[in-house]
Amino acid sequence: MKFNKLFAGVTLALGTSMISFTAAAGDTIKVGVLHSLSGTMAISETTLKDTVLMMIDEQNKAGGLLGKKLEAVVVDPASNWPLFAEKTRELLTKDDVDVIFGCWTSVSRKSALPVLEELNGLMFYPVQYEGEESSKNVFYTGAAPNQQAIPAVDYLMNDLGVERWVLAGTDYVYPRTTNKILEAYLKAKGVKPADIMVNYTPFGHSDWQSIVSDIKKFGSKGKKTAVVSTINGDANVPFYKELGNQGISSEDIPVVAFSVGEEELSGIDTKPLVGHLAAWNYFESVDTAENEKFIDTWHTFIKNDKRVTNDPMEATYIGFKMWTQAVSQAGTTDVDKVEQAMIGQKVKNLTGGTAVMNKNHHLSKPVLIGEIQDDGQFEVVWETDGVVPGDAWSDYLPGSKDLISDWTAPIKCGNYNVKTKSCGGAMAAQ
Amino acid sequence: MKQILCISLWLMGCLMPAVSYSETLTDALESPAATTRTVPELVQELTEKSLTQAVPVLEALEQQGGEEMLPLFRTMLNGDLYYVKDTSQVVGKTDTAGEESYADILTKAAVTGLGSRDVKKIRVNNTLRSYLRNAIARIQLSSANPHSREQAVLSLLSELDNDTVGQIREARANESVEEVQQAMDLALAMYALDQGSSDIEKLDAVEGLAGSLQPEARNMLRKYAEMEPDHADYSARVSAAAAKALERIQEKVEFYGFIDQLFFGLSLGSVLLLAAIGLAITFGVMGVINMAHGEMIMLGAYTTYVIQQLMPNHIDLSIWIAIPAAFVVSGLVGVAIERGVIRHLHGRPLETLLATFGISLFLQQLVRTVISPQNVPVSTPDWMAGTLQINPVWSLTLNRLYILAFALLVFFALLIILKKTNLGLNVRAVSQNRAMARAMGVRSDRVDAMTFGLGSGIAGIAGVALSQLTNVGPNLGQSYIIDSFMVVVFGGVGNLWGTLVAAFSLGIANKFLEPVTGAVLASILVLVFIILFIQKRPKGLFPQKGRAAE
Repeated sequence: MKFNKLFAGVTLALGTSMISFTAAAGDTIKVGVLHSLSGTMAISETTLKDTVLMMIDEQNKAGGLLGKKLEAVVVDPASNWPLFAEKTRELLTKDDVDVIFGCWTSVSRKSALPVLEELNGLMFYPVQYEGEESSKNVFYTGAAPNQQAIPAVDYLMNDLGVERWVLAGTDYVYPRTTNKILEAYLKAKGVKPADIMVNYTPFGHSDWQSIVSDIKKFGSKGKKTAVVSTINGDANVPFYKELGNQGISSEDIPVVAFSVGEEELSGIDTKPLVGHLAAWNYFESVDTAENEKFIDTWHTFIKNDKRVTNDPMEATYIGFKMWTQAVSQAGTTDVDKVEQAMIGQKVKNLTGGTAVMNKNHHLSKPVLIGEIQDDGQFEVVWETDGVVPGDAWSDYLPGSKDLISDWTAPIKCGNYNVKTKSCGGAMAAQ
Repeated sequence: MKQILCISLWLMGCLMPAVSYSETLTDALESPAATTRTVPELVQELTEKSLTQAVPVLEALEQQGGEEMLPLFRTMLNGDLYYVKDTSQVVGKTDTAGEESYADILTKAAVTGLGSRDVKKIRVNNTLRSYLRNAIARIQLSSANPHSREQAVLSLLSELDNDTVGQIREARANESVEEVQQAMDLALAMYALDQGSSDIEKLDAVEGLAGSLQPEARNMLRKYAEMEPDHADYSARVSAAAAKALERIQEKVEFYGFIDQLFFGLSLGSVLLLAAIGLAITFGVMGVINMAHGEMIMLGAYTTYVIQQLMPNHIDLSIWIAIPAAFVVSGLVGVAIERGVIRHLHGRPLETLLATFGISLFLQQLVRTVISPQNVPVSTPDWMAGTLQINPVWSLTLNRLYILAFALLVFFALLIILKKTNLGLNVRAVSQNRAMARAMGVRSDRVDAMTFGLGSGIAGIAGVALSQLTNVGPNLGQSYIIDSFMVVVFGGVGNLWGTLVAAFSLGIANKFLEPVTGAVLASILVLVFIILFIQKRPKGLFPQKGRAAE
């Protein structure tokens, strides 16, 4: 028994030293994949791991990068937030990866961030998030609040004439920050506090009776009412079911959601959801040549043509394309040089138009609003005229109003205060 | 007095059709362009227009086709309107027993040989849906069925314009059913209050709205009650009358709100009761701390899913088959757990706790591996969906109502089993004094297995009910295990009535706290209350007395 363990240990050590040996020889460029493959987040994150693997596969078929092949190093942080920091350290020190694609929840990103900054790593984060962050070592390819929440509210206000607002969310950091921004934004637009109702529920909440009845009561005051939902994960299904049960249709009180996409809708009964809205930068139903090709490649790679594509997958796609372009342009995988080369990179969006990487490490992307159809897809009902540049620091929160992020010389700072003309250090302002 | 009223009514009846007739006449004269396109041409246009351009086409269709457009509008509203890619023929899809079939939307002639790839859907969005709904309502005003006439009027309340009111007025003159008349009078009163020319007319209208619980009527009254004095339409008398009428309505609304809250509490209580009742047997009567109880619920829910997969065309029946099937599946697993594990740990509660916790993890992972780590969809049968509308402000959701009744049914069935049958007698004998029961010839090990199987089987039945309310996934059981123990301990271990009272009182307390404190704080407060309560009365609400309690 003891011998067995020892033996296993030796082979493992040998194995890892072999890997690091190949890395030292420099045949390949290593790409770290830091997505949970087990635990509660596995449902969403496994898809992104497969997306990165697909992109690497495609790149290698096209001849690799800088004359070398790309090699994926997949680790499993198991939906365990502190483990994200450990696995990041492991990827950067032991496996010597040149770039990491990873994280889903904000808390996992916050956990990996100090390690990335300490070891000067490079990470691409592909999920919509609450903003209020900009690090030299991270590129944010998902939506900031002004690329998802604010345009959605504008749409409801201007196109549907909504005057009363229910901000409903799950009780954790992303909904709370987003709702804080939205509340400030709505008040700035002249909405009275009495016309805003904020409600938080625990993770996995399933008894929505009294909350939905409150929403119904709130919405029966003769003014058009809408629900802005940051409700997370599987609590959504009983929520929409209860709306249907209490006879609230999407025409009476539309619900616009920021966490409900094609992946979440696949495999559930979409009848009670039809007509409700979601705001994203990408929908699978958008008809462009790039998107068609992407979906075909995905179906071939995953060997299942029932699998759907979604917004974080597009964000991963754009991030990966930009990174390969930046590496080709810089002629090296050195983090500092790639980081500077990244700014200004352009990649064609899958939904049309061109995404640009800005000085603040956020993308300029179009914003789409779609209505849920009974086949689990979205029908685009509204989109922004052009692209919207991602704003790292919200203009509607008193603490971050004066902050900007600019990673080009001479500012080179993630939270530069334009009033005091000083840099507060990437994390200090939080 | 009565005579005058009669005469004026008669006069109104004579005048109104004439008025609306002339209106429709001018309408037709004013828009000759619309008549140039025939119905089939217009239908064809639907396949070409984008979402934003579709409303004028629908308007033209409504004007031209009238009642004949009902099937088209209904099909479109349901999202079943398609067109054939090659011929652009517009067809409606019907789904009978999993077989899709298509028929021409106008001629009703079946179109065969179409697969889902040969047709393209004519998309609808919320604007179109609400237009279609109102158009259907307008057409339905002359329906033969009084119920659809009433519904049509009620759904038009939010969209009262000149034309609609004209149509309603016309229909009111020929209406004979009282409910429909009331609804129509309400619509006319709302319109009179909003558009009336004199205060007297408006005061009459307020009187007409005073008893109504319709939210639209309330909003109209509120608009006048809260009107600022500098508004052009302001009149102190109307405003005061509206405020008074509103106050009376508000009292009623609040009363029904309270009843609603009570029902929510009872419904949550019934879910708690279902989840806890199996545990009341295994933990309450047998004294086994069974951490895998939640997984028995989960197995029941998955049984429902599997049965629905086996008979996709008979979803309505699936629940009735799932109930006994879930009882058998969970019951057998329960018996296996008792025979395989718990029997060997008799009298060692800590080890039982750990072992059953291990079993719960094992069962969760088993479901993840065999079925899927993701939640699975369980459909709600049609007869369980929807609401029982008692009045405009009070409706009961049917699935909750059925589950409440079902929970009580299960509870009383269990009570009868324990009190009136041989098995029940043996169970009580073994749990009160094992040695004595054995001396009397009761096979205690067999009784143990049967009891555990019964408790687990009932948990399985609870799973069938819960599959209609919440997500069915590997973690389903975990979210109910704490609640179940809470209910059993609060009610008093070993007392079924205690479980019933505890489940309903916790449910009601939770639902009355929720609007005040929010969902997060409400459940915390309930837990804090139980901790304090258990400090004072460690044996729960209804402690067992006598020697059996030792």
